[in-house]
Amino acid sequence: MKITTELVDYISELSRLELEAGEKRDMTAELERIVAYMDVLNQLDTTGVEPMSHVFPVKNVLREDEVVPSQDRSELLAGSPAPDGEAFLVPKAVE
Amino acid sequence: MKLRELTALELGAAIQKGEVSIKEAAQAALDAVAARDGALNAFITVTAERALSRAEQLQAGVKDAQSPLYGVPMAIKDNICTRGVRTSCASKILGDFAPPYDATVVDKLAKTGAVSLGKLNMDEFAMGSTSETSFYGPVKNPWDLERVPGGSSGGAAAAVAAGMGWYAIGSDTGGSIRQPASYCGVTGMKPTYGTVSRYGLIAYASSLDQIGPLCRDAADCAAILDVLQGKDAKDGTSLDGQYSHLLSGLTGDVRGLKIGLPVDCYGDGLNGEVRSAVLAVADALKSRGAEVVELAFPVMEYVVPAYYIIAAAEASSNLSRFDGVKYGWRAEGYEGLADLYRKTRTQGFGSEVKRRILLGTFVLSSGYYDAYYKKALQVKAVIKGAFDKAFQQCDMLLTPVAPTTAPRLGESLSDPLQMYLSDVYTVSVNLAGLPGLSMPCGFDSKGLPIGAQLIGPHFGEGVLLSAAHAFQLDTDYHKRTPKGGDLA
Repeated sequence: MKITTELVDYISELSRLELEAGEKRDMTAELERIVAYMDVLNQLDTTGVEPMSHVFPVKNVLREDEVVPSQDRSELLAGSPAPDGEAFLVPKAVE
Repeated sequence: MKLRELTALELGAAIQKGEVSIKEAAQAALDAVAARDGALNAFITVTAERALSRAEQLQAGVKDAQSPLYGVPMAIKDNICTRGVRTSCASKILGDFAPPYDATVVDKLAKTGAVSLGKLNMDEFAMGSTSETSFYGPVKNPWDLERVPGGSSGGAAAAVAAGMGWYAIGSDTGGSIRQPASYCGVTGMKPTYGTVSRYGLIAYASSLDQIGPLCRDAADCAAILDVLQGKDAKDGTSLDGQYSHLLSGLTGDVRGLKIGLPVDCYGDGLNGEVRSAVLAVADALKSRGAEVVELAFPVMEYVVPAYYIIAAAEASSNLSRFDGVKYGWRAEGYEGLADLYRKTRTQGFGSEVKRRILLGTFVLSSGYYDAYYKKALQVKAVIKGAFDKAFQQCDMLLTPVAPTTAPRLGESLSDPLQMYLSDVYTVSVNLAGLPGLSMPCGFDSKGLPIGAQLIGPHFGEGVLLSAAHAFQLDTDYHKRTPKGGDLA
């Protein structure tokens, strides 16, 4: 699997990351080596093996629906870089 | 009485008997931090005043204490949320974020009378095997300041080894408790997935992350797990179960226990001194009546790639929440919302975190998903099957924790793939959700600690701790203490 700078540009955009030229060159080479190494998995025949996302078959964990206090709004907003007392502030996102 | 060389349970007993006050104990640990941590950098945040006032408050309750750990000072890895105390994940992007709530484990420890000394340094977002990727600078190994303490819970292991607290709470996604425990000569345990709540643990790879203790010995690990384990309504993956009392189960009796030696774990790439020290554990347990069997574990070459694909995939998703809006740090000079995200993440994450986010995004992206991510999940099933087969032949596996003792600072940073490969003995345990314990089993010719790993079947904590306890009754490796950073 060849990792190209175009591919790195594409996954950077999906990841909301912006690499400088030198960083991009290094990252492309490193990802190439890492992905080449991961290709060793193709030596293992997994035909018919069900992909395992979770080792314990825990599904649909339910609980009683109880009314409990939610977190205090001002405390939640306190960790934000730009709160206005009621909400998180961000630049205008729709025209 | 040399306070700093006691185990957590010994100190707890001394507090109970009134031989030492909780404040004296906390002060002794803080003195160690003041003397040694300038050189070691194990702490990101030291909460000295909070610790001393908490110690005073707790003193009045000593006679009614329920826990053998009441009053014992400890510290917490910086990816575990502590209400009102900075929780940075050793990343720039979280800035001075102080969570509005406590993690379930923090809450449980507070209720048993723990005194927290502060928050421990680590690899950024727990991504690394050396504790060098921290925004707050690398942690040094107290046995040799030129070497790494391991990672990602490197601050936790270094603190316990250097007497800066009697135990620490860490997290383990691919070996992050066990490997630093090994490099620093302490005992650490990654419990069965789901036995300890992850609520309040800042997620790296949710299907693999587990919280666990780093301690002076196996008995301390048992006592701490007795506090931490149990179903938590706030973590849907935590498991209901009959949790046995681990501490009272430690008898030193290993007669009839079958110890499996997976021959594939003792082949090429394993340092000779590490091999001999780990195999000597088998002999020691044999002399107490255990049986040793060799068996095949023919999946070793697949464990690292499967692990890094799955961990990176989950990381790329989990870390999308860090965007400069809801918590932490925000970049300046952005134009519009997407640019705010991009600049904050680009400047806020270090290069190892970016590498794993990009790798994870790649393996999940359209066109590559089946070849990498789905394939890794299939390989995970095969690895789980190999463990199931192994545990039909034995009660636990004995392996090295890492192929070598602690490397020099800087060596691993220059070659990320080489660093990933050093996780070969630990990552499979997380993939299969098993309990794994790391304990000191010797020293190499450079005087660096060597660790042995015991791996058990699901809910096999008791049998692992029993075997480790038995080994520690016969040896004193776990009692040796390093001098690094000690000005005294």
